[in-house]
Amino acid sequence: MKAEYKHLQAAHCENGVTASLLQHYGVHQITEPLAFGIGSGLFFIYIPFMKVNDGPAISFRTMPGLIFKRTCRSLNISILRQKFLSKEKARQALDNRLLSGHPAACQVGVFYLPYFPKEYRFHFNAHNLIVVGKEGDNYLISDPIMETFATMTSYELERVRFARGPLAPHGQLYYPKEAREVTDEQIKRAIVTGIKRNVRHMLYVPGNIAGISGIRYTAKKIKKWRDTLGLDKSRSYLAQLVRMQEEIGTGGGGFRFIYAAFLQQAYAYHPVDELMDVSQKFTRAGDLWRDAAIQASGIYKGRLTEQQDYNVMGDQLLAIAALEKEAFRELGTIVKRLR
Amino acid sequence: MKQEDIPQDPGALQNFTKEVSYAVDKDGKYVTELSTGWEVKIKALDVAWNDIEKKVADARQKVLNNEASPLLYFMELKLMNIDILSAYTGFWKWQVKRHLKPRIFEKLSDQKLQRYATAFDVTVEDLKNRHWHESGV
Repeated sequence: MKAEYKHLQAAHCENGVTASLLQHYGVHQITEPLAFGIGSGLFFIYIPFMKVNDGPAISFRTMPGLIFKRTCRSLNISILRQKFLSKEKARQALDNRLLSGHPAACQVGVFYLPYFPKEYRFHFNAHNLIVVGKEGDNYLISDPIMETFATMTSYELERVRFARGPLAPHGQLYYPKEAREVTDEQIKRAIVTGIKRNVRHMLYVPGNIAGISGIRYTAKKIKKWRDTLGLDKSRSYLAQLVRMQEEIGTGGGGFRFIYAAFLQQAYAYHPVDELMDVSQKFTRAGDLWRDAAIQASGIYKGRLTEQQDYNVMGDQLLAIAALEKEAFRELGTIVKRLR
Repeated sequence: MKQEDIPQDPGALQNFTKEVSYAVDKDGKYVTELSTGWEVKIKALDVAWNDIEKKVADARQKVLNNEASPLLYFMELKLMNIDILSAYTGFWKWQVKRHLKPRIFEKLSDQKLQRYATAFDVTVEDLKNRHWHESGV
């Protein structure tokens, strides 16, 4: 049972799975940046009462699963998403799907993912991949962060599908229900919806931990870390922040560059010059995030140890917050003119 | 980021994959290119692993001093915490905490130990065998 499948490598797993599956099902226009933008993937949140690997819980993107869901909904493609209690049923459902000649996406944990290098195997349960076929006991996997196909035995796949802990996937399986062509008109409208939602999420979420205010909140926290946590702990915290930002498969500058690329591609559908200007602002924001990461690395390498160094990093984040606020404000006004 | 600034530093990704990076070319248009890694990021990962190694070493010492059961060592070695371990084994958190005490651990049945062994991907023998600290399991 080997379905004809074109592997797509992407910067981020969920974008990749979304773009790859939709392309397979006839949406030839979709690209990774479009999937990310239509799914309003850009976000920022610092959850103060939660810990991840003993470090701060910070995310630069929206909740796992939402990019796929929103993109499909915007394009009017119905999807199926299943969770399982029984491992047996989970395997059966996947096998049936493959037997009918169709691929399916799975949410998995990376800790026991056999083809990942050990250094990257943490208990992170929101990785996404596509299962495209089965030969004997081996499943053929199209993992968007890999350059080519990978394989897993049925036991290995079962173990990652039933990884436990935060965001446990519970064997989750999802795919578009049917192949469907999408018109350029639909893409145009989806882009508008995506931008509007993203503006809302970055600017108008109440509270001070999400969106632009979340970045400012983090900046203030960082300035206090040296005093409240001590040198060792704050080094670990900063390293964690950089890892979340530059998380494998976001390729530098985190998601800001992908969003800037999305705005450029949106321009092809909505030829409004200001979109290109805002795209440049996001490129700039991505660059600033990278500068902040370099500053952080000076601290966690032990080269920078003074309070002043933490202040610099905090101020860098404040500058980013101001820039992104401006960019989203502009986007908010532009989007009203898009038809 | 400009295309020519895409970092190409050697790191853990070597011989595994390269990652897609988005950057602008000289006309200001976004393109993708593969990157082998970025030193800043690699160092961040190193920091995380140093922290883990320290925790594993602490756990090992505690077990050797008979302050904790070998489960603590394996829990740290597999980057777990009580929440994750409880989720993998199906024990309640308070039970896991109890099992981390050496005296309670001694009395655990093989059946229960097997649940831990499966979660850690080791054998029951490994859990009971006190020589893991020499062999470096």
